[in-house]
Order: sequence, then C-alpha cells, then structure tokens
Amino acid sequence: MRELSLYILDIVQNSLVAGACEIEISVVEDTNCDKLTIKIADNGSGMNQTQKNQVADPFYTTRTTRKVGLGIPFLRMAAEQTGGKVGIVSKPGKGTTITAEFVRSHIDCLPLGDVVSTLMVLIRANPDINFCYKRVLDSRSYVVDTHKFKEILGDVPLDDPDVSAWIESYLKEHEVQLAGQ
Amino acid sequence: MKTLAELEAIRDKAREKMNIREDNSESIRVVVGMATCGIAAGARPVLNAFSQEVAKRRLNNVVVSQTGCIGMCQFEPIVEVLVPGHEKVTYAKITPDKVARIVVDHIVNGNPVMEYTIGHIMK
Repeated sequence: MRELSLYILDIVQNSLVAGACEIEISVVEDTNCDKLTIKIADNGSGMNQTQKNQVADPFYTTRTTRKVGLGIPFLRMAAEQTGGKVGIVSKPGKGTTITAEFVRSHIDCLPLGDVVSTLMVLIRANPDINFCYKRVLDSRSYVVDTHKFKEILGDVPLDDPDVSAWIESYLKEHEVQLAGQ
Repeated sequence: MKTLAELEAIRDKAREKMNIREDNSESIRVVVGMATCGIAAGARPVLNAFSQEVAKRRLNNVVVSQTGCIGMCQFEPIVEVLVPGHEKVTYAKITPDKVARIVVDHIVNGNPVMEYTIGHIMK
C-alpha cells in the first residue's frame, strides 16, 4: 500500500469487525520533532493479552477465509522502516487503541495520501457508526466529528447523497486550509 | 467556507424527499470487499465511485457498504451486487471506470455485466 491513509482504512476495518460504534482517528504531525503519529481508538470488543501478543504475527488472524492477517504487520513494517514504532493498548470489552509513529523525513516514510477518500469510504459505508477525525499540523488543527453532523441532521442519514457530498467538501476545505499558509 | 448552516438547509431539503425513499428491505445492496487485500488492490476508489454514481443518478433504493475479506484475494477488488429476489452477482477485479456500467446495466436495467463477473474472469 502506497499511502498511510490506506493503512488507516485497513486498521479501521479491524475496529468495525470488533463491533465498535465509536471510532476516533487522529493524524498528528510535528515538524520540529520530525514525527507523524496516527492513532486509531475504538470502543470495540478489545483483545485479551494472548491475542494482543499474536496480533503482529502475520500468521495470526481471526478470519476463517484464509490463514494470514496482514493488517497490523503491514502497519508495523511501514512504521519501523522509518525508525518509528507501533503501540497497541487493548482491554477486552473496552476497546483498542493503535498508535503508529513515523519519522517524517525518512526516505522510506510513505506519504499520508488522500485521507479524505478514506474518511468518505468509512462514513458512506458505515453511516450508523460515529467517526471523529482529528488532524494536527504543528500549531494548526481541526476536528470533524460525525456526532456533530448527526445532531444537526436528526433523522436524515449521513449517507444521503447531498449530505455526504457536503461532508466531502467540508473535509477537503479543512485539508486545504491546514496545508496552506 | 462550508458552514454548518448549509448542512441544516440540506437536512430540510432531504426531509422533504424522505417520504419517497423506498423501504429498506427492498433495497439493492452493493458490497465492496475492504480488507487488506481489497484495499491494496484498489477498493477505496471503487467504493467511492459507486457512492458517487448512485448519488448522481438519485438511486434512493441502493445501499453501498463495505465488508471484510471475501476469501478470494487474488480477484480483489471484489464487489457483490444483491438485488432482492435475484441471485447474488460477484464482480472481480473492478476498477472505478467499470463502475458506471455496472450501475447502469445491472442496478438500473437489471442486466448483470457478465464479462466483469468472477465466473467469467476465472475461465
């Protein structure tokens, strides 16, 4: 996978399978410390200690369709090849938080890529789940929380075509603003 | 700059249309495989292309959703189209440029695009 935003989509898939209904995604870049940190926190079923130890093993998976699971091993490889690391905090019944740290200037650090596309897949395909996206670039930041949209929308779903088109341009505007100046 | 007030206006407009939105049990479902294999093969733009095509054509009875690994990773991106009362159709190696034809031929007109189906590709 060529963009970190695709890794985010992949890791969030685990949260969805774990039955999460609240998923927080944050991307924090600090150019002074030369770090990019991606954090995905969910309130899904969580993992016990044994599962947590096995999860970075490509030959461990909960799926039944084949014998390998590459989501977390790929993320770990992408982070470690830049000199970064992946941390997992998980409690059964409470949820899981995955943190991946990258060294931004490392030649093997993948570009963040199209996060808006990733978020739009998640929001459109899972309108009942709440996503909170927090983006920080040094002193600039923004938060997009589907809770807030739902408060306004009431019974109108997030996957209504006009609503999701609005959310997409809302996100794009924030991205442009964050990158600019 | 987009404002939340705009979202309120969109909500009011959507509410007017909502009574004509068809019953969910009769919906046509489009399911895109979105596990590591699907994502690596390019499923993300495929799902967004389906959402946009469905929105563009105002197909209120179509739901686009995602699922995990379907188990045939070498044929990703895989898309399943489920029309109530008909057998499920599984498409393989789908790219965004194939999406419009599936929406028009299959979802709107009821004729599955045979040459994109997994059965055809495996031959």
